[in-house]
Amino acid sequence: MQSEIIISGFGGQGTLYAGQVYAYAAMDEGLHVTWIPSYGPEMRGGTANCTVVISDDEIGSPTALHPRAVIALNLPSLDKYEPLVAPGGYLIVNESMVNREPTRTDIHWVMVPANTIARELGNERAANMVLLGALEGNMKALPEGAVERALEAHTAKRLQKFVPMNIEALRRGAEFKA
Amino acid sequence: MALELIKGNEAVAETALRVGLVSYFGYPITPQTELLEYLSARMPELGRAFVQAESELGAVNMVYGAACTGLRTMTSSSSPGISLMQEGISYMAGTEVPAVVVNVVRGGPGLGNIAPSQADYTQIVHGGGHGEYHLIVLAPASVQEAVDLTGLAFDLAEKYRMVVCLLMDGFLGQMMEPVELPEFKPVNLSAPSWAIGSENKDKKVILTSININPPAQEIFNVKMMTRWQEVEKNEVRYKGYYLEDAEYVVVGYGTAGRIALTSVRAAREKGIKIGLLRPITLAPYPVDVLNDLADKAKGFLVVEMNNGQMLDDVTSIVAKRAPIHFYGRMGGMVPYPDEISTAIEEMINSEPDVNRDARGVWLAKMRELVGTGA
Repeated sequence: MQSEIIISGFGGQGTLYAGQVYAYAAMDEGLHVTWIPSYGPEMRGGTANCTVVISDDEIGSPTALHPRAVIALNLPSLDKYEPLVAPGGYLIVNESMVNREPTRTDIHWVMVPANTIARELGNERAANMVLLGALEGNMKALPEGAVERALEAHTAKRLQKFVPMNIEALRRGAEFKA
Repeated sequence: MALELIKGNEAVAETALRVGLVSYFGYPITPQTELLEYLSARMPELGRAFVQAESELGAVNMVYGAACTGLRTMTSSSSPGISLMQEGISYMAGTEVPAVVVNVVRGGPGLGNIAPSQADYTQIVHGGGHGEYHLIVLAPASVQEAVDLTGLAFDLAEKYRMVVCLLMDGFLGQMMEPVELPEFKPVNLSAPSWAIGSENKDKKVILTSININPPAQEIFNVKMMTRWQEVEKNEVRYKGYYLEDAEYVVVGYGTAGRIALTSVRAAREKGIKIGLLRPITLAPYPVDVLNDLADKAKGFLVVEMNNGQMLDDVTSIVAKRAPIHFYGRMGGMVPYPDEISTAIEEMINSEPDVNRDARGVWLAKMRELVGTGA
């Protein structure tokens, strides 16, 4: 079983980091995983995305034209990736940063007011974790609690104080059903 | 052994440290820069030599000097920087000194762009610098393979007193995958007998690439060619996937090879008997296995991120025993597996013709796909 996830937003929204947390979680569960960022001129123009592939077998392509899941943190990402999500796949949309809902009927999608929730939790920068929680809460590609354990295990010591809030962000996100 | 999630560039750098890199000389260029940046922090920490040179020319000639001590040395760059280093690489080959050169290839020609590419295949595999010499060329397709081949690169450089090139691309440099890194090895600071600084004081050591006397140069070249034949005999590496009963064979290396693996699996799921040959050493090339496959395959599809540079090698080895097809993207574009799946379908549905013009057919398709800018 293989899942491809694209996480896309503006630079600074934590798209690359959210992908890394998910990659760590997959690695710790003994899965094969690749994480690849956009690093080209588009990144220097302010948008950032990464592709994470997780699989129980050797991974071929680290990219996918039709990913199983997309987290769109802003409107350009929603516009770009909504048509590309594989049928039956998942589209998690940051409601705080877009002005429309998805229109596709052959995928699971959900609107998550991630910035609002993160602000309630005390730090708007946790919006990426709210969305990651929403993704995994619906897709369930990893064992229960894997992402939370990865956050605990791979957050640097000086940042450990933020882990409980990030875990709460994951859980709040997971309440949104696609 | 704990796994670490690490970028290809950093994985190569950390591995080089762990297998005893004594000195590094380089100049920053995307998409390779993390390698240099990583070593700029770690080499001084360990009391080893790190120099950011004034240019790639400076860097490669510093490597040349360091290599004359026989101690582990390396440089890394990306395509335009590697072009600047070609003179120094030829000099190192002509002096029989061991060094490791990492090329994280980007889109070109010229300054091009920083996206992943395999457009330096011909330059690296078939020369690049002047004169006749060979590099051992290792082409990883994953971060773990980059780690394993970095260790091997230093071993082979020393064993054969040759320059070894680790040929990567922007994807492999920037991608993170879980890897198992090698244990830290102690640094070897004792120079081999041929090197400057050797303990052997009875013998004068002269290291040079100048052979002003043609007969002497020819003797040297015979010796080098004989050594290369040893390399060809001993050091071929490749990975085969689903080749046992394969009627069709995809050939691809590095990033293009692993992307093709996804397409080959998709074709297998449709019941197509197809396999993948992924060369790991591009020089020496896995000629024997390709030869054997050419005797039974109904068709080959070569997949590259260039204009068909390895295609020419495959064409020469297959020697019209089977039809050859080609799919490539250029200029820093990376194919999606879907594109290679289409190329597989086209191969299977086409009339077998061993004389078909693989590059011409592909290029006509590319003109339709991306246009000519006219």
